[in-house]
Amino acid sequence: MDFELSPEQKLILETVRRFVREEILPLEADLDPDASELPPHHRERLVSMTKELGFYGLDIPEEYGGPGIDLVTRTLMAFEMAQHRAGLYAPCYGVFGGAGLAQLYEADDDQKERYLYPVLRGEKRGFFALTEPSGGSDPARAIRTTAVRDGDDWILDGEKTFISGADRADFGIVFARTDPELGRKGITCFLVDTDMPGFRVRRIVHTLRSTHYAAELEFNRVRVPGRNVLGEVNQGFAIANDRLSRNRIPYAAGCVGVALKAQEMAIAYAKTRKTFGDYLSTRQAVQWMIVDNEIDLRTARALTLEAAARADAGKPFRTEAAICKLVASEGASRVVDRAMQIHGGYGMTKDLPLERWYRELRIRRVGEGPNEIQRLIVARDVIGGSFH
Amino acid sequence: MTGIRLTKPWRDLDAAAIAALPGQLGVFEVGDAEGGTLELGFAGGRSRFGLRSAIAEAAAKHDAAASFRYEVTMQYWSRFEELLAVYLADHGELPPGNADRGDRRVGRIAAAGG
Repeated sequence: MDFELSPEQKLILETVRRFVREEILPLEADLDPDASELPPHHRERLVSMTKELGFYGLDIPEEYGGPGIDLVTRTLMAFEMAQHRAGLYAPCYGVFGGAGLAQLYEADDDQKERYLYPVLRGEKRGFFALTEPSGGSDPARAIRTTAVRDGDDWILDGEKTFISGADRADFGIVFARTDPELGRKGITCFLVDTDMPGFRVRRIVHTLRSTHYAAELEFNRVRVPGRNVLGEVNQGFAIANDRLSRNRIPYAAGCVGVALKAQEMAIAYAKTRKTFGDYLSTRQAVQWMIVDNEIDLRTARALTLEAAARADAGKPFRTEAAICKLVASEGASRVVDRAMQIHGGYGMTKDLPLERWYRELRIRRVGEGPNEIQRLIVARDVIGGSFH
Repeated sequence: MTGIRLTKPWRDLDAAAIAALPGQLGVFEVGDAEGGTLELGFAGGRSRFGLRSAIAEAAAKHDAAASFRYEVTMQYWSRFEELLAVYLADHGELPPGNADRGDRRVGRIAAAGG
């Protein structure tokens, strides 16, 4: 597969690289090492810049005002945007804008007016609630939250866990079982307003990520109007599944981005740090760590771009998305681990971003479908058969 | 389990107590003599002496500061946000030292528990 960059791609990447270097890194030097948000005045200033560059709302479809960037270019940009301390989970602190919740593009016109457009205008926030205490890897079978029809409405009862952003959201995209006999075909997707009686954020779940916590949710006879069914009744799992496959590509790209930066740091440090009279870079033990890093990086980068290229070409990309997600998350973890080893004691400190990437990359092997599930997906696609 | 409050014992705010504080990362609460909360805060990775300097700096902003309590934690950001959310649920407003949040939302969390 040929990944020779076009002149336009080169220009875009150089612009993003310069933006990270000149705008993000200097600000980050003064922020708390675990910060994921910029002070409001800096955020507003940088959002204005990305809008002026034509890069705001990168993941918003063109017909809704997005810049219409293909997924390969978007992936290349993601490699660059992640190359700073907060870059894995908050690339450029969100100043390139988000897409909102992709499922909302499947909404009907009334739902778009009430949810999608307010999200795109920054007036409303939403969350995505699929995982439950009974499991997240096999949501179609593990979903125990029920929705029972009551006249024109639905009554939701159940729990969700590991849900990001729910405590500050105006609404959520919530998956519930509407037919207990139909397995994955008995799931429906609902738009649930968080001010509805019976909805409760029960607790914050503290994780390795200090700033982006998750929450446990409770639905106790929450009444949801029929017009808030997203898509078709009993077809909710398809909505969830589409999102899961596509999200794995940018998810992998973020891993590659921080690993690229970790490798750059490791090489720079190895060329300046002396032990026993010579630079670390002259020691074979260190050279091999850097070589192993390079192999992990190039593998993950190529596989991620391959998945993006297939998606751009309209070809099936589920297998490629699964492979790039698992290779990038595992490879990047090894790269950062080796970079920490090369840095010695400094690598463990909050003076450097390596310890944050190390913590956050650990989550990447579980998030967006654990890597064991990615292997199952690949196994099913190359061998055939069903999940067992 | 629901939103968890800071339940460590209050300590009198004086120079000796501050000097004895650990330099670790964590969250804290500065209170007045009547047991009211003046400010919730955290000692993050940029704090010079962890909880010791962070509590001293926060207390210096409040003339009425008379007590403090703290909790050592590496998850200082999410724990701080949790404490704000629980305080807001309990009192309907934030402590005076945290009132200026700009456009940053405080989470809504169940007020029970603790």
